[in-house]
Amino acid sequence: MEAINTPQAAYSPLTEFSNVLRSEFTKLRSVRSTYWTLFTAVILTIGLGAIAAVVVPGHLHLEDRATFNGARLSLGGVNLAQIAIGVLGVLVITSEYGTGMIRATISAVPQRRMLLAAKGVVFAVTALVVGEVASFAAFFVTQAILAGQHPPAFLGRNLQASISDPGVLRAVAGAGLYLAVLGLLGLGLGTIIRASAGAISALFGLLFVLPIFSAAVLSPSEQNTINPYLPFNAGRDIFTVHAGSGDLGPWSGFGVFCIYAVVALVVACVVIKRRDA
Amino acid sequence: MIEAFGLTKRYGDKLAVDDLSFTVPAGQVTGFLGPNGAGKSTTMRMVLGLDAPTAGSVTVNGRPYVEYRRPLLEVGALLEAKAIHDGRSAYNHLLCLAQSNGIRRSRVDEALDTVGLREVARKRSGGFSLGMGQRLGIAAALLGDPKVLMFDEPVNGLDPEGVLWIRNLLKKLAGEGRTVFVSSHLMSEMSITADRLVIIGRGRLIAETTVDEFLKGGTGNFVRVRSPQADQLVRLLKAQGVTAVRDPDGALSVTGVKLEAVGDLAGANGLTLHELSAHTASLEDTFMELTRDSVDFRTDDGALDPALVPAES
Repeated sequence: MEAINTPQAAYSPLTEFSNVLRSEFTKLRSVRSTYWTLFTAVILTIGLGAIAAVVVPGHLHLEDRATFNGARLSLGGVNLAQIAIGVLGVLVITSEYGTGMIRATISAVPQRRMLLAAKGVVFAVTALVVGEVASFAAFFVTQAILAGQHPPAFLGRNLQASISDPGVLRAVAGAGLYLAVLGLLGLGLGTIIRASAGAISALFGLLFVLPIFSAAVLSPSEQNTINPYLPFNAGRDIFTVHAGSGDLGPWSGFGVFCIYAVVALVVACVVIKRRDA
Repeated sequence: MIEAFGLTKRYGDKLAVDDLSFTVPAGQVTGFLGPNGAGKSTTMRMVLGLDAPTAGSVTVNGRPYVEYRRPLLEVGALLEAKAIHDGRSAYNHLLCLAQSNGIRRSRVDEALDTVGLREVARKRSGGFSLGMGQRLGIAAALLGDPKVLMFDEPVNGLDPEGVLWIRNLLKKLAGEGRTVFVSSHLMSEMSITADRLVIIGRGRLIAETTVDEFLKGGTGNFVRVRSPQADQLVRLLKAQGVTAVRDPDGALSVTGVKLEAVGDLAGANGLTLHELSAHTASLEDTFMELTRDSVDFRTDDGALDPALVPAES
């Protein structure tokens, strides 16, 4: 019988990992939910920027003169797109637990941490590429619409921003980075919790409920100290054009956000190895 | 070859598998027989390294499963039907498994042909029937042309034609020198398909034997006696340490003693006999007897009540 495969001896760890990567990419591209979710993320990012570019200039008042920023306007949709990317990051692993596919997967790849690493790499790269496409497209579409609008006289300048303005390239590129790391945080939580609904709730609880919780129980001075380190506040610094006074700054904030994802993935590595599949 | 040594699995305070040791040799179909909930699926999951044993170990061709870098070339397993993402096509399901072990793509089509799913390979597997799901699971098991095959309740949900197909497939695979380990709670199915048997109940090994030996084995044979003085005969037998069970028609079933001995005993005591005959229990009866003490749920007449037997997860 013809050989089905290369000999076992010629099977290096590198070949092994690249095979698992290919397998995980096949999984990601072979279900419809991936396309729907990523399509939604792109449409939300571009669409919200475009709508804002059409609507907002007509509502500008004198007091907006100092704060109006065409680049920031273009990235508002990232706040919505993150929901789609976060959900997909969770589903990459919880859909396997939900359907029982995880048993076939782990039977084929008993090196569970390598399996998780492959899932992480495949999803992070996909989310990064899609996130960058969405954020750059949103930026240029939004600026093109703004360029066609008449700026109110009090603004004293054009509405549109340039990619070469200070902080703009970093913020636009940073939106893709943020979405990729957010997806990894979702993957980590999904691996720990294993159930889709629970993991999605946990993810958005961390992002959106923690600030509400903080506002409800902490004193204003405590909030000023703690809030910048909360996941969403820290993470969005990377795609914010001009940092607020209390913010950690783009790269420090992004670093803190990455720590959340790393902690989730480290715990995921421990539990996926220890638990029965 | 699969070898289990003192395999034990505890879930909370329930012992699902209890000090189980057995060997599954190559070139034969070994049936893994036990009532639902006996620990068959748990044992198979431990073979694949999916569940970690609480104690003991199990090896496949001399090594623990998790040590294989490309396990699909070594072991093919059908664990549960439809352990498949509903939205993924059969082709892509097999493709991602093949890719993970560096198995060439054309094997996917070959495996689909073997199980007869070529026509529906591009359709989303969510619409598959239970039987089609079983076939897809078997295709996945065959992908890497493995030397060891393990099937958990493969005939579940199959139509008669599918059942026949599985029987022939199992025999063909064993005939090629492969190790074939197949679980079932149906004794009748195993008596047709299997050469050897590993029988468990409540997680414990009850017997490890060949089907032939099992069928003629002493435990299942009994002597049937009809006598107008049955009560007296029961007392005499009891005095000898032999138990007799009264059947619904009034006859006695006597186990653990030869036909001649019963006749001599009756003659020596002047009892009249209307029938004295030796019987071989069917595999099913023998199995029932062996597992009687091991069954979790039973109705009053000693038969398994299907309504009370939990589906094995």
